[in-house]
Amino acid sequence: MKTLRILGCLLGLALALGAQDQTQIVITGQVKYNLALPLFNPGPGVPAAVASTFDNVLWNDLYQSAVVNLVGRSLYTAPTPAAETDLNNPALRGAWTAPPLSIQRLAFGALQVNQGGLVVDGFLYDVTQPPGAGRLLARRYANPDTPDGARAIAHHLADDIIAALGFGPGIASSQIAFISNRSGHQEVWTMDYDGHSQQQRTHLHSIAYSPRISPNGQTLAFMSSVGGQPQIKLLSLLTNRLLRFPAYRGLAESPAWSPDGSQLAFAANMGGPNMEIYTIHADGTGLHRLTFSHGYDNMSPAWNPKPPPGSPGQIAFVSSRIGLPQIYTMNADGSDQQRVPLGGYAVSPSWSPNGLSLAFAWVRGGGGENSGLSDIYLWYFGDQKYVQLTHNGDRNDFPSWAPDNRHIVFQSGKQYHTQLFTVAADGSVPTQLTSAGSNEMPNWSWH
Amino acid sequence: MRKAPSSHLVTALISGSALALCLAMAACGHKAVPPPPPPAPPKAAAPAPTITLQADPTAIQSGAASTLTWASTNATRVELNGTAVNLNGSQQVTPSQSTDYEVVATNADGQTANATVRVTVTQPPPPPAPPAPVVQNVGSFSDNVKDAFFDYDKSDIRPDAETVLQADAQYFKQNPDINLQVVGHCDARGSAEYNLALGERRADAVKNYLVSQGIDASRISTTSVGKEQPFCTQTTDDCYQLNRRGHFVKGN
Repeated sequence: MKTLRILGCLLGLALALGAQDQTQIVITGQVKYNLALPLFNPGPGVPAAVASTFDNVLWNDLYQSAVVNLVGRSLYTAPTPAAETDLNNPALRGAWTAPPLSIQRLAFGALQVNQGGLVVDGFLYDVTQPPGAGRLLARRYANPDTPDGARAIAHHLADDIIAALGFGPGIASSQIAFISNRSGHQEVWTMDYDGHSQQQRTHLHSIAYSPRISPNGQTLAFMSSVGGQPQIKLLSLLTNRLLRFPAYRGLAESPAWSPDGSQLAFAANMGGPNMEIYTIHADGTGLHRLTFSHGYDNMSPAWNPKPPPGSPGQIAFVSSRIGLPQIYTMNADGSDQQRVPLGGYAVSPSWSPNGLSLAFAWVRGGGGENSGLSDIYLWYFGDQKYVQLTHNGDRNDFPSWAPDNRHIVFQSGKQYHTQLFTVAADGSVPTQLTSAGSNEMPNWSWH
Repeated sequence: MRKAPSSHLVTALISGSALALCLAMAACGHKAVPPPPPPAPPKAAAPAPTITLQADPTAIQSGAASTLTWASTNATRVELNGTAVNLNGSQQVTPSQSTDYEVVATNADGQTANATVRVTVTQPPPPPAPPAPVVQNVGSFSDNVKDAFFDYDKSDIRPDAETVLQADAQYFKQNPDINLQVVGHCDARGSAEYNLALGERRADAVKNYLVSQGIDASRISTTSVGKEQPFCTQTTDDCYQLNRRGHFVKGN
């Protein structure tokens, strides 16, 4: 039995990938390089707050990526290159690569102020190559000379470094939409993937659920009870205004974007007794019913972002057709409905961008269904096996895959009071993103 | 209205005293003047009679009584509306319409005096209006209408909920002007999206039961708040149970 167990500690919550009777999960199939990231050289006139913001954000992005062994700066005995040409010096290169540092990849660069703007030169080298070789990245970035400008450059450079290391795409510039009650009502908010720049997007003063960012990042679909009945709403993230979208009799909830952004799937009862899955064009035309139940509900659809070639598209969803809710998959025309063999109480599916895995919330069988305590699990279609991601004895729900196939955002906490966390799919780098109010139902952007 | 009778009574007493005095003097006279039969005295003129008449009250509603009181002096005969009555006295009357009463006092010489009083009869009050439809105030809605509770993950109407809903249906039948909304609630366990649908099923189950009890479906709307807006927030079975319900809200 192959077992991989990596323990993370998060505010007293132990999150772990406990493979137990499951086989290993392979995130990338590639080894983690030892990466050094010395402070970037600040040129004259670069404000200290700008330089420190840049260095901190870039460090955190590479740490959060979970694909490199980021070697601590206090260990750096080798000189930082002042310019790219310094790496032609075999002694300098050797100082980084020799034990005990054993650096394999070196990221470095410089900040300068030019005509009121911040200009950053960033480099990534494979220092195991001989002098004159090993350049993986050399790029110049420009942005306003402010901490926010420096933050954006750092995110961009971080994603370029991740890609140059062979782990692209990165998530440093991605966004997370979520529901927060910190304003006194449940509203839709967005934030950077690292919890920065939390921004209220709606002011509807009602129940709000399930925000879903469109693939192009410009529109949010969500559920709102404004007006009395829960209905699907579309919000333009460019104008922060609601867009036209049909309302239906009864209850409509849990929207989900198709990978090309042209369609939404959602669940509605149309005034009848049961919830069914429908698809509709994003302009509100072409309503199409996919499920036909008799005395049970179907809801919480999630599209496969990368369906098999020739497939009409795939949708995972939740159905109570055998009792407690279970996760099913079907083709996007409603055919070939199959239950993911789990049991217990399994809800909130989120399909990984590569189409290989579902993240979901699960109360496993054995009598624990009534506890209200659920954990985040990953289901791997290839192996037909699951992996437990959280072990904290709390209410963990609403996982959402990051665009890099390596991270999950989810909600965790007590009833009526949850916070949002990210964690790598191997259980590493658990991070709390929110603390104000109760925050729930995170959704990671597609890019 | 209460002062006048006492003043009339005083008048009557005075009149009576004068009459008694007069009678006593006459008796003495008889005893003091023996026969022989006197020559026929020249016939003395009898004093003129007087009479007063009061009605208390002077205005009555039909069916009520008024008391007529009269007092005469120097009279040998008194008639009330043509009927001989005591020289001084009172009598209850219950006229059905406004009536003039007249007393006539006659003395020995046939001289008369009269007095009249009118007892006005007012129309009876309109019959009491039929009782207005019972208008329930807001408080009595929640006093009378009880919520239906559910089992975990279920939307079936339990036997205890049937009892409650039958009583609720009676109330809604007796108050046909009240529309109602059934709000489905769930306990905090499980998925928010799943619970929102579960709450909707519970609200629908309550509505369907009321319709089966004869309540017009058009009076009942439903919605769900799922696990939001809980009635309690403890992690106990008791609290979970309190939050699994179809809750009634007064509509219209």
